Amino acid sequence: MIGGVAWSTVGDLLLRHIYLAGVPLLLGLLISLPLGWLATRYRWLAPPMIAGTGLLYTIPSLALFILLPLLLGTRVLDDANVLVAMTLYSVALLTRTVADGLGSVPGATRQAATAMGYGELRRTFVVDLPLAVPVITAGLRVAAVSNVSIVSVAALIGVSQLGQLFTEGFNRNDMGPIFVGIGACVVLALVLDAGIALLSRVLTPWLRAGVAR
Amino acid sequence: MISLTWQWLVDPATWTGPGGIISQSITHLRISLVALLLAALVAVPVGLFIGHTGRGRWLAINLAGAFRAIPSLGVLFVATLLLLPRLSGNLAFELPVVLVLVLLAVPPVLSGTYAGVEAVDPAARDAARGVGMTEAQILWQVELPAALPLLLSGLRSAMLQIIATATIAAIVGIGGLGRYLIDGQASRQYEVMAGGAIVVALLALLVDLVMAGLQRLVVSPGLVVAKEH
Amino acid sequence: MRRTAVITLALSATLGLAACGGGEDPMDTGGDSDAGASGGDDAGSITIGSANFPENELLAEIYAAALSDAGVDVDTQLNIGSREAYIAGIQDGSIDALPEYTGGLATYLNPEITATSSEDVLADLQENLPDDLEVLEISDAEDKDSLVVTSETAEELDLTTIGDLEEHAGDLTLGGPPEFETRPNGVDGLQEVYGLEFAGFRSLAAGANLTVQSLANGQVDVANIFTTNPAIEENDFVVLEDPESLFAAQNVVPLIRADAVNPTIEETLNEVSAALNTENLTSMMVQVQTEGQDPAEVAREFVDENL
Repeated sequence: MIGGVAWSTVGDLLLRHIYLAGVPLLLGLLISLPLGWLATRYRWLAPPMIAGTGLLYTIPSLALFILLPLLLGTRVLDDANVLVAMTLYSVALLTRTVADGLGSVPGATRQAATAMGYGELRRTFVVDLPLAVPVITAGLRVAAVSNVSIVSVAALIGVSQLGQLFTEGFNRNDMGPIFVGIGACVVLALVLDAGIALLSRVLTPWLRAGVAR
Repeated sequence: MISLTWQWLVDPATWTGPGGIISQSITHLRISLVALLLAALVAVPVGLFIGHTGRGRWLAINLAGAFRAIPSLGVLFVATLLLLPRLSGNLAFELPVVLVLVLLAVPPVLSGTYAGVEAVDPAARDAARGVGMTEAQILWQVELPAALPLLLSGLRSAMLQIIATATIAAIVGIGGLGRYLIDGQASRQYEVMAGGAIVVALLALLVDLVMAGLQRLVVSPGLVVAKEH
Repeated sequence: MRRTAVITLALSATLGLAACGGGEDPMDTGGDSDAGASGGDDAGSITIGSANFPENELLAEIYAAALSDAGVDVDTQLNIGSREAYIAGIQDGSIDALPEYTGGLATYLNPEITATSSEDVLADLQENLPDDLEVLEISDAEDKDSLVVTSETAEELDLTTIGDLEEHAGDLTLGGPPEFETRPNGVDGLQEVYGLEFAGFRSLAAGANLTVQSLANGQVDVANIFTTNPAIEENDFVVLEDPESLFAAQNVVPLIRADAVNPTIEETLNEVSAALNTENLTSMMVQVQTEGQDPAEVAREFVDENL
């Protein structure tokens, strides 16, 4: 027991939280990669696309969680509502990041790749994308942390995850479960943050080589 | 659904009166601005100090990261349970909400500020020292103006988050545009919820535009010219 | 624990997906084919839901414990929200059954309802219930809406009944869940039946505890709180009498989707209803809310002792 909550309960809610925050992060990245690429490839697309996806972020999460069943035809308590909402928020944060990352690749590097006979698609995957990794993972870290926080609001619509400890503690006038929930959320967010930072290091060995010299 | 939402939005009765959009927007903005100001009061001096001295940067980055990770709903509930018995009147409901929003706003303002100061051209700093400016003068007359664009960007993104998040205030019983979300859900008037969500997004957009305009006004023309060259 | 059950199920479903690529829980697949083949002694499966207040959660746990003892495969999805939210959930199949209150549900289905006694309310309820939903037998346990004031306020303004508020209402703030503002037997009913016009209504969406705290701390003067809430006694609140029966009878009753009922489930839930009364419900609520015991454990104890 911790703060009046069984450890197994915390563990179960934590797994649910990871699922509801993590899957949309990956989906969001998958959607943002082509969007961000389009925004760098066709410059005129960038302002409306970045403003448009950014606008998604201003929709209050509670509204999105409740209104999505009406728009998607899903059931009110389906995880899908939360997954879709969180994916939208991830796209809102990541499209700009991907565009910035791809845009940060030096023109000379691109030209060199083209001169070596790389086609556009190959260059994007083999040259641009790896070089954009530091910028993209920086955005991914922000999105991961923000997802963990926003998912907890889904407790207000009865989808179980760590946020459920907030509503339960509040209803019982007991701060124990609320503190346990906050603690677990913060730890989860920091672990995800550190994990992505580590991944970024692993994916960009050339950056460390540069420092070493 | 869409036409019902539209009808709700264009009905003049929706906008006026004590529970109308105009009055709820004012409450919403008031709470948001108070939170932004308080956050700036904390984060800007700290950010300037870190940017100027280079000290405590690691701590600030990690602290800002941890702040971002704190779930707003949990803090709101803890703060409400703690403050409700200790305060009277409306303040007992508003202070917990403001606290949550301040926590939310500190990281972007802090990182905007120190990143802005750090990005100041070292040559400008050296030149200021060269002409005999004190450290305080350098901070106020060189670094702060030069850091303004990034600082204001930090304030803008903080404000966007504040306005969207201030809607959860409605669950602990205070006004603002969140009322439409909470009361709309409770009474199954989804068009009210959808309309409310649209108004929140529009308000966020409007405030962002105003802040973008301000940013243009207060940023030294010297910086803009320098960037264009 | 119920959450453990839900999550283990969710997890095993995920693992099942990975393992056999069928997208179905291996155990479920077995259960389904059994049901198809032998039918008879299969006690079936059910998902029990609850509204977002502790008593309803406790009742849902009692249903879950009793059904699970009867051999039914029970899943729980608690803390869903207001009636508006969970009725949608039961109709779309997110959940199969949950503890309801006759008066609240009847008024929800028929805002024009005039019945107030237990029998009349039940009759009205059954008449207006959609075809896809059923209520089983009602219990004696009753948890009514009420208007509550602090003992100081009651003394100072000399209040015993809701009607006594009439000359003071203009100076008082009413607090309650947001739906109380729009329900026919909420703010509107208070005005129509008792002629009360409060200075304002504070919508307190985060649950009954927020309402209790707001009343205790003077942020609201009159509050809409359920009668079995142990906080009433703890805080020495005064429940105002309702001589005009604005608040209808509220017997606890299982609401279930018609296609989820089977004889085992029906019989078990009716036994639960027979065992429940306002007294034992209130004392269980003291265990949960005042003593902070786990609702699932309190429910388990009740089922072991009474069924």
